[in-house]
Amino acid sequence: MNVGSLSRRLGLAVVAVFVVAACGSSSNNTSASCSESTAKTATSAAACGGMDALVTAAKAEGKLNIIATPPDWANYGEAINGFKAKYGIDITSDNPNGSSQDEINAVTQLGTSSRAPDVLDMGKAVTLANVALYAPYKVATWGDILDSQKEPTGLWWQDYGGYMSIGYDSSKVPAITSVDDLLKPEFKGKVALNGNPKQANAALNGVMMASLAEGGTPDDISKGVDFFKRLKQAGNFIPVQATTATVKNGTTPVVFDWDYLSSSHGTDVPTWKIFEQSNAILGDYYNQAINKNAPHPAAARLWEEYLYSDTGQNDWLRGKARPVRMAAMIKAGTIDKTAAAALPAVNGTPVFLTDSQASNAKNFLTAHWDAAIS
Amino acid sequence: MTIAGAPAVSTTAGRPLLGGRRLPLDWIGTVPFLAYVAVFLFLPTVIVLGGSVFDANGSLTLVNFSHLSRVYIVKATIQTIGLSAFTAVVGAILGALVAYAIAVGNPQGLLRRLTLSVSGVLAQFGGVTLAFAFIATIGPAGFVYLWLAQHHADIYARSTWLFELPGLALVYLYFQIPLMVLVFLPALDGIKPQWREATESLGGGTWHYWRYVAGPLLAPAFLGATLLLFANSFSAYATANALINQGQPVISQQINGALSGEVGSFEPGFAKAIAVEMVIIVTLVTVLYSLLQRRTSRWLQ
Repeated sequence: MNVGSLSRRLGLAVVAVFVVAACGSSSNNTSASCSESTAKTATSAAACGGMDALVTAAKAEGKLNIIATPPDWANYGEAINGFKAKYGIDITSDNPNGSSQDEINAVTQLGTSSRAPDVLDMGKAVTLANVALYAPYKVATWGDILDSQKEPTGLWWQDYGGYMSIGYDSSKVPAITSVDDLLKPEFKGKVALNGNPKQANAALNGVMMASLAEGGTPDDISKGVDFFKRLKQAGNFIPVQATTATVKNGTTPVVFDWDYLSSSHGTDVPTWKIFEQSNAILGDYYNQAINKNAPHPAAARLWEEYLYSDTGQNDWLRGKARPVRMAAMIKAGTIDKTAAAALPAVNGTPVFLTDSQASNAKNFLTAHWDAAIS
Repeated sequence: MTIAGAPAVSTTAGRPLLGGRRLPLDWIGTVPFLAYVAVFLFLPTVIVLGGSVFDANGSLTLVNFSHLSRVYIVKATIQTIGLSAFTAVVGAILGALVAYAIAVGNPQGLLRRLTLSVSGVLAQFGGVTLAFAFIATIGPAGFVYLWLAQHHADIYARSTWLFELPGLALVYLYFQIPLMVLVFLPALDGIKPQWREATESLGGGTWHYWRYVAGPLLAPAFLGATLLLFANSFSAYATANALINQGQPVISQQINGALSGEVGSFEPGFAKAIAVEMVIIVTLVTVLYSLLQRRTSRWLQ
């Protein structure tokens, strides 16, 4: 780096300090503006001069890039249209069917390009493995999110999730009243997981749910592996991955899956039912984060404010996902009651795996799963 | 080339070089092929080989290869070799019989044209579509199975074997037999009727013809095609993964297991070491195949 560019950078830094100072001092002023450099580092709407200033700045950017959020996933389509209509900001939805890792790859490969994703919606393991890529931010409703469901400085925070469940076609198998029922002869060749638990989060949690039901703890998934071993020996477990197609044609009439994904099978199979055992309520949430190199920093923050408003949370709820502010909204009476009533009933205390518990479970499965079920 | 070119240079010393000694340009036609092979075969092989000797921190190591002794990798390797050998041998025998039936038939006949077209399509039929075709027909909810079960022929009475190695073998045969027909038919067509007539005019019967003439002549082609089927089955991935998602019984699935996952099991160096193991096995098979191929082509000229 030469002296010229150094002094230019210093100059920019000085200007930035003044701008931040200006924004900070005028935060009570409703007509305050929020420059791009302020928006990039703003850790809340207030730090950007208040909600109105954030809206103005986001409208000036005029665009928002989101990634891996299909319109029919957790009802994202309604949130996208609502945001567009309310603020007139255009949304580019990239790679809708991508995975969490695809989102991170887009962030690292596109860098500071204007096509880079502004906001991310990822599974737990990927979220925790890439915290250096996020800009800290706290939405206005931050206080409604439990401490266990967010990173204290605002690098990431949970958005929506659900509970592990056993979905089944009640026209093909008898009603399920406990996980142990699956070992009965009526379930011969009928029980499947959604993926390989060595790889897929939904499948890992399916084994963990069985483990909890069999008296295991979140620290010990071995009872779940043992359960599937017995299921396999009984001839009830089939190793094919359950998909919408296999459920529809009846190959996998009993599936361990997230309740919000499993519920959607009801469209193809009207007799599809969901069972959750009260001593094995296992929850998992997805996480939001803002790309620290977001090309539209103000729009990114405004999008988060929208998602965590009552409107955005109810949008997710109508997609059968449980929004993270659900408990607070039930208390405040702002929840969409019809949508809430449509969710599978949960009677019991939910368990959420910590990072180390999930990682221990993964290591145990890597070493023991293949041997147990082949 | 050299004999013709050498005097040309000495006698045309005063002329422009290009007029006398032309650079051989025949190889230009192979450039697209060589470039293709370099980009899609050699480059990936080098990347895989290179990546297999580094650990997660980027330092040189052979630890990835020592992981190949893990119980589930050894088991997957043995199962895959067994599965590939079985489907190769059975596919080769059945495919050869079909090919022979076509070869002795009318060369312009409908049967021949139909069988060849169908084989051409089915030899390329694989992956999720093929697996699902089997699941939807003879799977535990498939209409063929349900019909059989209603007629007291429950093929899954003991176990749902479609989702085990026998099921995989059955599905693999669905593309192995047509492939055998395609690769073995040219060898059968190369057999001249005169050889049989010659055998008979010398007093030999059918047994003598097959034992001393056609058999030895076709054996290298047959074995070569069998090895091709072996490699074809050994490298299959999508079909197996769609049918048996749990336990990853096939070695190519173990690469996937070490490479990708939402739950964080990520060992890229180890995945590449498994790939190297597969490359070595397939290389051995391919070398055997080309040795046999050379012998066959000498006979059939």
